[in-house]
Formats: sequence, structure tokens, C-alpha cells
Amino acid sequence: MSAPVLKIDELVTEFTIRGQKVPAVRGVSLEVKKGKTLVVLGESGSGKSVMLRSIMRVLPRGAHLSGSITYNGDNVLDKSEAEMRRLRGNWISMVFQDSLSAMDPLFRVGEQVGENIREHRRFPKTTIRDQVIRLFGEVGIPSPAARTRSYPHEMSGGMRQRSVIAMALSNTPDILLADEPTTALDVTIQAQILSLFKQIQREYGMTMILVTHDIGVAVEMADEIAVMYAGKVVEYGDAKQVLGAPAHPYTQGLIAATPQKGKRGRLQVIPGQPPAITAMPGGCAFASRCRYATERCRKEMPPHTQLAGGHMTACYKTEDGQALAQLVRQ
Amino acid sequence: MEANLDAMASPGAFKEDSPYRKALRAFVKNKVAFPSFVFLVGIVLATTFAGVLTPYDPYQGNIANRLQPVGASGHLLGTDEQGRDMLTRILYGGRLTLLAGFVPVVVSSLIGGTLGLAAGYFGGWLNTVIMRTLDIFYAFPAVILSLGISAALGQGMTNIIIAITIVFIPPVARVTETAVKRIRGREFIEAARSSGAGHLSIIRYQVVPNVFPQVFVFATTKISLGIVIAAGLSFLGLGVNPPTPEWGIMLNNIKQMIFVKPVLTIVPGIFLFLTSLTINLCSDGVSDAMQIKA
Repeated sequence: MSAPVLKIDELVTEFTIRGQKVPAVRGVSLEVKKGKTLVVLGESGSGKSVMLRSIMRVLPRGAHLSGSITYNGDNVLDKSEAEMRRLRGNWISMVFQDSLSAMDPLFRVGEQVGENIREHRRFPKTTIRDQVIRLFGEVGIPSPAARTRSYPHEMSGGMRQRSVIAMALSNTPDILLADEPTTALDVTIQAQILSLFKQIQREYGMTMILVTHDIGVAVEMADEIAVMYAGKVVEYGDAKQVLGAPAHPYTQGLIAATPQKGKRGRLQVIPGQPPAITAMPGGCAFASRCRYATERCRKEMPPHTQLAGGHMTACYKTEDGQALAQLVRQ
Repeated sequence: MEANLDAMASPGAFKEDSPYRKALRAFVKNKVAFPSFVFLVGIVLATTFAGVLTPYDPYQGNIANRLQPVGASGHLLGTDEQGRDMLTRILYGGRLTLLAGFVPVVVSSLIGGTLGLAAGYFGGWLNTVIMRTLDIFYAFPAVILSLGISAALGQGMTNIIIAITIVFIPPVARVTETAVKRIRGREFIEAARSSGAGHLSIIRYQVVPNVFPQVFVFATTKISLGIVIAAGLSFLGLGVNPPTPEWGIMLNNIKQMIFVKPVLTIVPGIFLFLTSLTINLCSDGVSDAMQIKA
């Protein structure tokens, strides 16, 4: 097993709202190995996008980060703004969810992709133009040379997402972060974009962190999966383990709520709403929606429990279950 | 679907014109704004080349020939109370009046725009300091404030221009700040940040191009106001000294003749009116062409 390219340790991201500190990410530890894809799964408001932005340190004013994010042996959180600028878009780059709003409506798409190159490298204009056209071809945009002269609104959603991906690839980064890259697209285009990601990953040997709420995307893409709930990772492990043998009641609920081939009957729903980040409960954040919840769950935060093969989860149920299993074994 | 697009993708099929080129085309097609613009250019050129266009001296009159009516032979717009050719003085005088309209707008757009940009982009305490300080100026109506400032600075056209500039800085800054704030929250700014762009580069390539049209259109609406205020202050005697031609003071000097030669007395006023009207029509046209909702 190769060493992790990016290691996140006890990351806490807090926002100050009206003088009050509100945590959006509450102690997340993750790592991604070279050339692998980590999918961060979670519903809206689970802190997954904030976590992703914390890696790049592109957060709104008033955000406070603690913990550590290790990339190439350095803690990203210790870097100066100038060092961060060299990192962003060069070593680590990001693909956004909504390709229309991720582009400046006033400039031609090609110019915007070229700008990303120009920001990091000194190349003559014509070299940059050729590079952009090559990138457009690589991400599967038809007649790339003509398309570089389009404005964002003249492109279809899929094509625009392809050019956003071209932008993210423009400096052949080490790590590609993608924030719900297929959510704004229809299903056929979604499949195309996902296979484009896979192809890119093969060609560039790129490491990817993909944030999504779509289990289908996770199934398609993930080597490893981290399930986030209310700013914490509740389950983390190999994709097969997490999807095949979900240990946390939340992951189980998510999977049960997803339509599957060959499965009939009503989909199960997770009752209730996730807690507001301004009013986090003391114990397990999922306790109020969990059918296994006990008094203990409501009072104390369950610690991460190691399961077989690096699979881990934060739930007393599994801890008890393991204890039980151990008892049975004895 | 993409195959279809590919098929129609003959070279040049996706070359839409740049937003400015489109705006320019829309402006030229505008049946009100474009003629107004032509008229304005005419006025500007005529005042600039006044020396070549008229045979008369703007300072030297012929008392015997005073108060000739509009349309008198040799004096298209008549002569004033000292027998100087009215058209000549209008043309020479327009230089100062137009200058007092344009210069404050340009200068205040630069200063106010920069302040608004800084306040809107960086936000926080800087925003509070800049915007709340500028708010103080809103306590006074524009005309009163410019009157006060130019009275404090003393008589003279330069001081009028300075006064109007100061009056225009807060509104320009406020419009810029609002526009910048709106752009600042857009995702493409975040995208630019995550591709490693620094503040200066984001301001230059993302923020400024996106707020420029709004600020530009707003500034053009202020030109006519500048001209009217300048002429007003000059009318009140805060501008140039009598022999110098300027529309405001010309209006003042000739007003005593209102019962004798009523038509003659409104000539400078008509020019003032036409100029500021056409400027406003142009600015409306620019705003339509750039598709800005004011």
C-alpha cells in the first residue's frame, strides 16, 4: 500500500456567525493514496463541501481552521497565502458543481482556461492557446479550437462541465478535488463525465477527492468512501466494505433509501432532519434519527471503532456488537 | 446530441461577438441615443474648434451692435448686452462648461471607484471605515454640498470642478461597492481563487471587468448633473470672472434683458438644456445597450 498523498488529521472548520463560533467540520481525519479516489458521501449541510474547501483554504472570511492537512510533508494550514496561491490550481485543483456560475460570463471559455495556466507558468500566448485547445480535445469537447472562443452561456451543461474540468487539469495537478461535479447534469451526461474522470485518472495518475450525495456516483468512482454526517466522518473505509457491509446506521439508512436493481418494495426513509450546525447535540449527532439509539448515544459522542481491514465507524452499536462478538469467540 | 453539435461545428460557428461589440451595435441602432450622441460629439467638436469656426472675438464686442435678435444677419444667435456675438461666446463658453461636466465625473469615478472596489472586495473594517465616512456626504443635497465646498474653496472654475468631484465620489463609490459585493460572492471568483489567483489578479480580471459597465453607466448619468451644477455655481458668481465666456455666467449677465429681448436671454440656457438632455439620452442608450438595470 502506497503512502497517502494527502492526509487530513482532526480538521475542524469553524465559522463565526454573529460573534458565535459555529463548527461546520468537527474533527475529520481522512487520507487519500496516490492515484486513488476518495468519495466523501453525505447529505446537504454535512460539511463535506466545507471540508473540501478547507483543503484549498478557499473559505469565506471569518472561517477558522485547526487540525492539520498534510500534503507533500507540509501542513497546508501553516502555509502563507502566497504559498497557497502556488498550490491552488497547480498542485491541487478543484472542479465545481455548477459550471455556469463557476465561469466568468464576460470572458470566452478558452481565455478562462488559459488564465489558469498563465497564473502559474510563463508561456507565450500561442503556447497557452495550443495547450487550451489540446486540453479541450482531451476532455472530449468537439471542435476544440472553435469552442475555446465560446462564451460560457453558449455551451451546453455537459460541455461546460468538460471545460471546467479542462481548467482544473490545465496544470496537471497532483490532486483533483471535485465538489458534486455531476449534480447539475442530467443522467446521460453524468455518466459521460464520470467516465471522463476515470479516463483522466488513468492517464494522469491523479488522486481524486470527490464529494457527492449520490450513492450511484460513489459506487461508480470510489476506491474508498468516507460518509460524513453533521461535520464528522461516521464511517470510513474501502468502498466495497462501506457499501457492501455498512456498519453505521446512517450509512445503512442511506443505502436503504437508494433504489437498487432487483430490489422491490418501498424505499426506506431516514426519519427527521440533520441537526442545525448552530445547535449540535452533545452526543452522537445522528442519535435523534437512529432507531438503535440509546441513552448513551444521546449523551456521549461514540469514538471511531476499527473494524476489519481498515474499515472504521463511529457508533456504539458496532462497538457493542464487536464486544459481543468477542465474548462469543471467548 | 454532442455529435449533432459536432456536425454543425464549422469553424467560426461559435464565435459570438464580445459583450462590448454587441453593446456597441445595439447603441448604434438606438434611434434616440445615437443621434443624441452625434449631436454631443458635434457640440464637443464645435467648442474645441471654436477659434476656427467663428470670425468673431469672444471678448471684443461692438456696443453699437448690442442685443441683436436671434437670426440677425452676421449674428446667427444675436449679440449680447455688450454687442459680442452670442454664438461665438456659446462655443468658447461651452469649453469650460463641458469640462466641468466631464472632468469631475472622470476623476470621481477613478477615486470613488477605487474606494468602492476596496470596500466591496475586502469588506470588514475597511468597508466600514470607507463607506461610513462617505455616508457623511449624503447628509447634504448634491447642489448644497457643491455650493458649500466651492464657496469655501473660493471663486474659480477649478474650484467648481474640485467641488463637483468631491460631491460625486460618494455615490460612485457606493454603486461600485454594491456591484463589487454582488460579484464577490459569485462562484467564479471562488473558482479563480482555487486556481491560485491572488487578490490583485482577481480584481483585475474578474471584478473590474464585471463591475465596469455598471459604474460606467452610472458615471455617465452624472455628467449632465455636473454640467448643470457647474453652470449653476457659475451663475451664482462662484465660477469665472465676467469677461470669460461660460454658459452659467452668460445666463446671469444677460438675464437683465429678459423683458427687452426674452428670446436672446434663453440662448445659453437652451444650450445647457440640450447638452444635458442629450447626455442623459446617451447614457440611457448605453445602459440599454449594455443591458444594465439601473
